[in-house]
Amino acid sequence: MNRRSLIAFAAGALLAATQMPLPAAADALATIEANKVIRIAVPQDFPPFGTVGADMEPKGYDVDTAKLIAEKLGVKLELVPVTSANRIPYLQTNKVDLVISSLGKNAEREKVIDFTTAYAPFFNGVFGPADVTVTDAAGLAGKTVGVTRGAVEDLELTKIAPADLTIKRYEDNNGTISAFLSGQVDLIATGNVVAAAILARNPPKKPEIKFLIKNSPCFIGLNKNEPALLAKVDEIIAGAKKDGALDAISQKWLGAKLPADL
Amino acid sequence: MNYAFDYGWLFVYWPVLVKGIGITLELTLVGGVLGVALGIACAWARALGPGWLRPVVATYVELIRNTPFLIQLFFIFFGLPALGVRMGELEAANLAMVINLGAYGCEIIRAGIQATPNGQFEAGASLGMSRLQTFWHVVLIPALQRIWPALSSQIVIVMLGSAAVSQIAAEDLTFAANFIQSRTFRAFEAYFVATAIYLALAIALRQALRGLGWTLFPKRTAR
Repeated sequence: MNRRSLIAFAAGALLAATQMPLPAAADALATIEANKVIRIAVPQDFPPFGTVGADMEPKGYDVDTAKLIAEKLGVKLELVPVTSANRIPYLQTNKVDLVISSLGKNAEREKVIDFTTAYAPFFNGVFGPADVTVTDAAGLAGKTVGVTRGAVEDLELTKIAPADLTIKRYEDNNGTISAFLSGQVDLIATGNVVAAAILARNPPKKPEIKFLIKNSPCFIGLNKNEPALLAKVDEIIAGAKKDGALDAISQKWLGAKLPADL
Repeated sequence: MNYAFDYGWLFVYWPVLVKGIGITLELTLVGGVLGVALGIACAWARALGPGWLRPVVATYVELIRNTPFLIQLFFIFFGLPALGVRMGELEAANLAMVINLGAYGCEIIRAGIQATPNGQFEAGASLGMSRLQTFWHVVLIPALQRIWPALSSQIVIVMLGSAAVSQIAAEDLTFAANFIQSRTFRAFEAYFVATAIYLALAIALRQALRGLGWTLFPKRTAR
């Protein structure tokens, strides 16, 4: 390495150092407010929660939620695209302040990060048109339900199915959707995201939720030992639930009301 | 190779396989009988039928022979309900197989009919037989006898092709293999067993058709 490149390297390193965020030990909320910027991890490959639009701008339920939080904090938003595999490491290595990436809560994750209150519905359930009245598994007797073979809802529905329920198992979600839209099955068991994808096409038969099979709403993830940030984000979510801001996001991306019990 | 083979699931899932074999055989039987009947009718129409009927049948045959079976199946099952024609997956699967075998069978049987020398038609007429009697006794039976091996192969192909009906949730043997695979994640074992069963079914069906040929055409069966 000659002298000139050594100087360039040193200058670069110095520049990088000054732009480095403050160490994680400091209070994250104070850091965000001091820097006037919040870094939020969002998905880029998981519609409708996070995708990249034709204009190369990220969009989706998670992106809108991130915008809402930045706005309420009064700071600039820096979106960091992540995959489902690296979203928690990004948080742990302090590359982001929050993870809003359709993150479900489980015991393993709770050991390493903290969660705010739920901000988005994510569930499997039985969906059907308005004129089919079913409220629980027992009500499925005599009906035909389409499901994607091997999916979580297939396994769960098989366990709770009454004896005279006919389950039609299709190869993939497209088969399940086609069977529903063409009337080959009365109802479908699927995820709310798939139902939203059907609704987005504005079909004559609209899948409405009849009952839940498995509920695992999405939470915002943040590092442990950040009580100030946790309290602040919880407060923003509670406010957004009350004033309808979160419901608007749900209507926009999932085509359904925010569940009351979220 | 570190893969540990595990066939323990057979004890739990064998009823699924048995049901699958039953559905596959049922589809093949119905599809085979009705498909050959349709093939005979179409072969008559294309070779000896009235002038207006020939292009109609030719269009049907070419349409079916030049499009994928899976698409025909999806069209019947997912497409036709838009026109108000809705049928269950087994009816749709049967209909698709009959239509498919009808078209291929038509061309095979027509080849047999057209190989009949003109003198035989005249011989039938000179014996005072009606056109239909001539067709049945003089033309069709020897024609079928001639093309029986080719027709048998086509029926076996239709049986193997029936694997596609698992895509519309008809619970045939392929569906059973897919189902077991998605429950146990023993892909190799599930498909290996399905392969073995299909092989056995195909050999058995071929032998059965050969035996049927001997029964139907006792004198000069092509072997």
